[in-house]
Amino acid sequence: MSFPILTLITFVPVVGMVAILFLKKGQDNAVRYTALTATAIQLVLAIIMLFAFDFTKAGILDASTFQFVEKARWITIPNVSWIGTIKIDYFVGVDGLSILMVFLSAFVSFIATLSSWNIKKMVKGYFMLFLLLDAAMMGVFVSLDFFLFYVFWEIMLLPMYFLIGIWGGPRKEYAAIKFFIYTLFGSIFILLTMIALYFSATETVNGIQLHTFNLIELTKASAYSATGILSPQNPNNWRMIAYIFLFIGFAIKIPMFPFHTWLPDAHVEAPTPISVILAGVLLKMGTYGILRISYPIFPEITRELAWYIGLFGVINIIYGALVALAQKDFKKLIAYSSISHMGYVLLGMATLSVTGITGAIFQMFNHGTITAMLFLIVGVIYDRAHTRGIYEFGGLANKMPVYTGIVTIAFFAAIGLPGLSGFISESLVFIGGFGSTVTRTLTIVGLLGILLGAAYMLWTLQRIYFGKFNEKWSFMEDLTPREYLMFVPLAIVVIYLGVQPGLAIDFMNTSVKTFVHFLNTAAF
Amino acid sequence: MPGSNLITLSLIILFLPLIGFITVLLFGKRFSKLYNFEIGILSANLLLTLYVAYEKLFVFANQKIAMDATWFSFGNIPGIGQLNIDLGIELTNITVMMLFVVNLISFLVHIYSTEYMKGDSRFSRYYSYLGIFTFSMLGIVLTDNFLMLYIFWELVGLSSYLLIGFWYEKDSAANAGKKAFLVNRVGDMGMWLGILILFTNYHTFKFDTIFAQIGLGNIPFGSEAWLTAAGILLFMGAVGKSAQFPLHVWLPDAMEGPTPVSALIHAATMVAAGVYMLTKIFVILSADALTVIALVGAFTSFLAASIAITQNDIKKVLAYSTVSQLGYMVMAVGVGAYTFAFFHLVTHAFFKALLFLGSGSVIHAMHHEQDMRQMGGLRKKMPITYYTFLTATLAISGIPLFSGFLSKDGLLAGTYAFGLLTGHWTVAIFGFVVAFMTAFYMFRLVIMTFHGEPRNKEKYDHAHETPKAMTIPLITLAVLSIWIWYTPNPFNPEAGWFYNKMEVKTTVVPQDMRFNFMKTEAPEHETAEAEKTTAETHETVESEQVEGTTRVMHSEMYEHAMHEAHLPTMIWSILLAGLGILFAYIIYQWKKISADELAKKWPWLYKFSLNKWYVDEFYDKTFIGGTLEFSRWLSIFDNKVVDGIVNGAATLTRGVSAVSGWFDTYVVDGLVNFTAFFSGVLGFGLKKIQNGKVQSYVLVVVLSLILLFVMFLPFF
Repeated sequence: MSFPILTLITFVPVVGMVAILFLKKGQDNAVRYTALTATAIQLVLAIIMLFAFDFTKAGILDASTFQFVEKARWITIPNVSWIGTIKIDYFVGVDGLSILMVFLSAFVSFIATLSSWNIKKMVKGYFMLFLLLDAAMMGVFVSLDFFLFYVFWEIMLLPMYFLIGIWGGPRKEYAAIKFFIYTLFGSIFILLTMIALYFSATETVNGIQLHTFNLIELTKASAYSATGILSPQNPNNWRMIAYIFLFIGFAIKIPMFPFHTWLPDAHVEAPTPISVILAGVLLKMGTYGILRISYPIFPEITRELAWYIGLFGVINIIYGALVALAQKDFKKLIAYSSISHMGYVLLGMATLSVTGITGAIFQMFNHGTITAMLFLIVGVIYDRAHTRGIYEFGGLANKMPVYTGIVTIAFFAAIGLPGLSGFISESLVFIGGFGSTVTRTLTIVGLLGILLGAAYMLWTLQRIYFGKFNEKWSFMEDLTPREYLMFVPLAIVVIYLGVQPGLAIDFMNTSVKTFVHFLNTAAF
Repeated sequence: MPGSNLITLSLIILFLPLIGFITVLLFGKRFSKLYNFEIGILSANLLLTLYVAYEKLFVFANQKIAMDATWFSFGNIPGIGQLNIDLGIELTNITVMMLFVVNLISFLVHIYSTEYMKGDSRFSRYYSYLGIFTFSMLGIVLTDNFLMLYIFWELVGLSSYLLIGFWYEKDSAANAGKKAFLVNRVGDMGMWLGILILFTNYHTFKFDTIFAQIGLGNIPFGSEAWLTAAGILLFMGAVGKSAQFPLHVWLPDAMEGPTPVSALIHAATMVAAGVYMLTKIFVILSADALTVIALVGAFTSFLAASIAITQNDIKKVLAYSTVSQLGYMVMAVGVGAYTFAFFHLVTHAFFKALLFLGSGSVIHAMHHEQDMRQMGGLRKKMPITYYTFLTATLAISGIPLFSGFLSKDGLLAGTYAFGLLTGHWTVAIFGFVVAFMTAFYMFRLVIMTFHGEPRNKEKYDHAHETPKAMTIPLITLAVLSIWIWYTPNPFNPEAGWFYNKMEVKTTVVPQDMRFNFMKTEAPEHETAEAEKTTAETHETVESEQVEGTTRVMHSEMYEHAMHEAHLPTMIWSILLAGLGILFAYIIYQWKKISADELAKKWPWLYKFSLNKWYVDEFYDKTFIGGTLEFSRWLSIFDNKVVDGIVNGAATLTRGVSAVSGWFDTYVVDGLVNFTAFFSGVLGFGLKKIQNGKVQSYVLVVVLSLILLFVMFLPFF
């Protein structure tokens, strides 16, 4: 048994949470530093994993090429009346699909902790929930067992509900419950599919055939018994229905049109760090879920529905951008821009090509860092002015030059300017999209996104930062050192990956190639 | 490898301004003299460029010097093969000439700005922006592939955005910057799509590889339509950057930027990038694509000239004049005279930069007055500015002994020859009419600004010749607007070194997609295979031709037509330019005819020109207004319908749960109460929960599941 790094990286926040539990009330700074330490350890572990990661191992379909694997029997219930023995594994591992998400998750959590510094209300409770959220997110990205994945997926809801519902804005209750119920609504679809898959497939453990939640076993056609409801041999449409169910469950999280309306509400009400986590990491769980679960388990359906996935991607791109254009609330505008940018991920996934899927995963990562910056940017003025109305500002550039410099980098990264990371991922999505005959037309339409994206971003830049300065805000100060500290690492990553994208692409290349080959050829 | 040190030097030339940008941006505030560093970088760049250009043109003239490096790689992809994303630079003769033009004008603008921008609160910020602009522009010049072209294309867009909006406190400046970026993005979308077509087919971005593939008859998706489409889409990028109709609207607004910036970016270099790119991709443009390009260019040059005639803002006149001259260059590419397009690009870069810097000198002297109706008589006050300005005006009007005559005459001859060869005279007619208009509006400008009596005495009295830092660049550029630097014979550009150093490229599009006059004259019996070998070896053939005396760029038919066109073109163009100058003198100098009278006589025509053909108004009402209106409508739709359904489902669930609660209390529970008291307690408990929200939502989940089940029933 090697060093259990994935267990550590997942549960370090839980340790931090427990430590905070023992701190006395009023020791707010101790609480903050404990949380910061926990997320810092997590980040260091993530960086160690990046260095230890073997580029040549594909993962995806082969348990032996996953890395940092840990596997143990979690739950065993022998001889349940007609089911037989139920076994659930604690099975975690990482491959090219998830390694960047693991790093992103740790990185954004760390930045969000820094940004949580000025949370003043019930500090102890806040950071405990925050760390629980962090652990759950990490768990989702490392799970290789569907049941375990689902557990983490659901755990994540609970802290999120309270974090929005208690520390949020004026309509926090509405936003929190909407988020909770909407995701739960999706979870039920996932749960149903999960159970159906469980009963349809088996794996052989010590010579005994047992039903399984093992995500890798589930990708093998041979794992399904001919009579199973989701067996590929089954001539009915159950696999299609299961796929759509699963897809709806994940699509709500992305969020994909028309399931997206919880997002603007949640963002507008959530405190800044929670928005950062929400947009930076949580949304990726949706697309990651599709890539990790839907795609390899149902490759034949994926091929069949690829055009529709791309179509929804393009709708997200265009619709999100157009609605963003009409927003008057800065944060809501950024929320809709997230919807637009997640559309590129869907479009890239739909291409089923190496360039497209690489672009999609890379876009997930880049959107994580860029959107984190964007929400932090909103947070900076909201902290000072307690309003986010785009039309209430103007001419901040002269008053806050450093801040405006950061804003310019982040906005142009969101626009997809070359030299910044967003350009590479968007371009790869377009290259893959145009290269695939299935998504060619969709890609041409999707190109409109780069125009509309520039339109709402530059217009916002002008309205808030350029033009005449509104004397009402003359008390506003430029960035504090702490704020500066949260922006700089993000900006460095955004610029560095824009100039050296190979660094990120090498991590996923082997996995993506194996994945794409499987998706296009798997006979199910 | 021969000339590898030239590659190293080119890379240094490319990256030095970037270093300048970063340094001055980060530390410019702390060290107020740091802008000198940026100027030093440009001086170094200029010297290095002179060396590189000399070496390339006179030592390695026949060799293409190029270098590629893998940026990132996908390794071996089944079905595609090795997929590397390469970046690289190449030095051709045209490249190094352009390199010189960019560095020289950038250098002069750096010097000029020390005076012009003196006292600006963001002085060093300004210099750092000039640095990133120079870097981006040099990237476009040096690239040997479409990806890098697009990358630097966008970066140029960024620097242009930053510099136009440099005085962002002014709404008009902020607006103009945004408009420039967005209008350019429209073109870039098309260009990117064109690049995607090529990449999808050839799995590379490299110019040479793609051109060679097309030369082998391997056209995109095996379809002639796609090849033409690729050409026109790539051209869209040029339509944006080089401000061609219908995307020309951003350039006049871009005059909101500081005037030296207008000279550098919006007159001499960035806007020429579109034309430069067309000279690179010329070989893959089919006859249909070329026709589109020629017509767009010709129409743009006419449209802009017709507007320039009535403008009163000195910079607006120059801006429309730039659009018009860019139209000329684009038109020249379209009719196949792409060498003259590039020639004109270079001569225009110098004299137009001179015109802008001269106008900057006037504006500086007049304390930021740009309205020509407030000027007049400045000749006496500002002799250096006047005489250099006049030189440039003579050059742009196409008067012999000046550089503009050489290139303009050449490209007009190209349109004339095109008319002779294809019977398509539209382009030529536009070209000659515009020659007349150009001379007219330029002399109108000179007369209104420098001649006659001062119209605003107070401003006139304060005016003075500008300092040396501003006049030396003017003089330098004026000297470069004389013919002698390009050819010994002021009436024959083809006799000069400049024309003969430009590479001659043979089109690689399939024979049946070329203009007749571009078809290779192969004997009838030669097979297609032989054609392929010619195409394969065209690179070496081409480099041999450079130094040679016989230029076989096109067929003999074309050479013949060009020869035939030479004399009539010269006569016509001199005549028309002279006529334009004469009219300008009659109306504005001698006032024999009143301009106001003319305007009153044809008010409709006058207003149409003054208001720029109402193109902006049209766009505002349709595309911009439409998009904004649509987005507002979508936002309401999102709020009321999409979210309405979600909230409606929640309300419905609450309603259902209320009803079931009522049912529970009064029917079920009532029944139970009726039968047993103990059940009443249970009912009481349930009643309490009835307002709980979570349960009600779970109910909607169940209901929705049933609904979905019914929906998907057909699949069973």
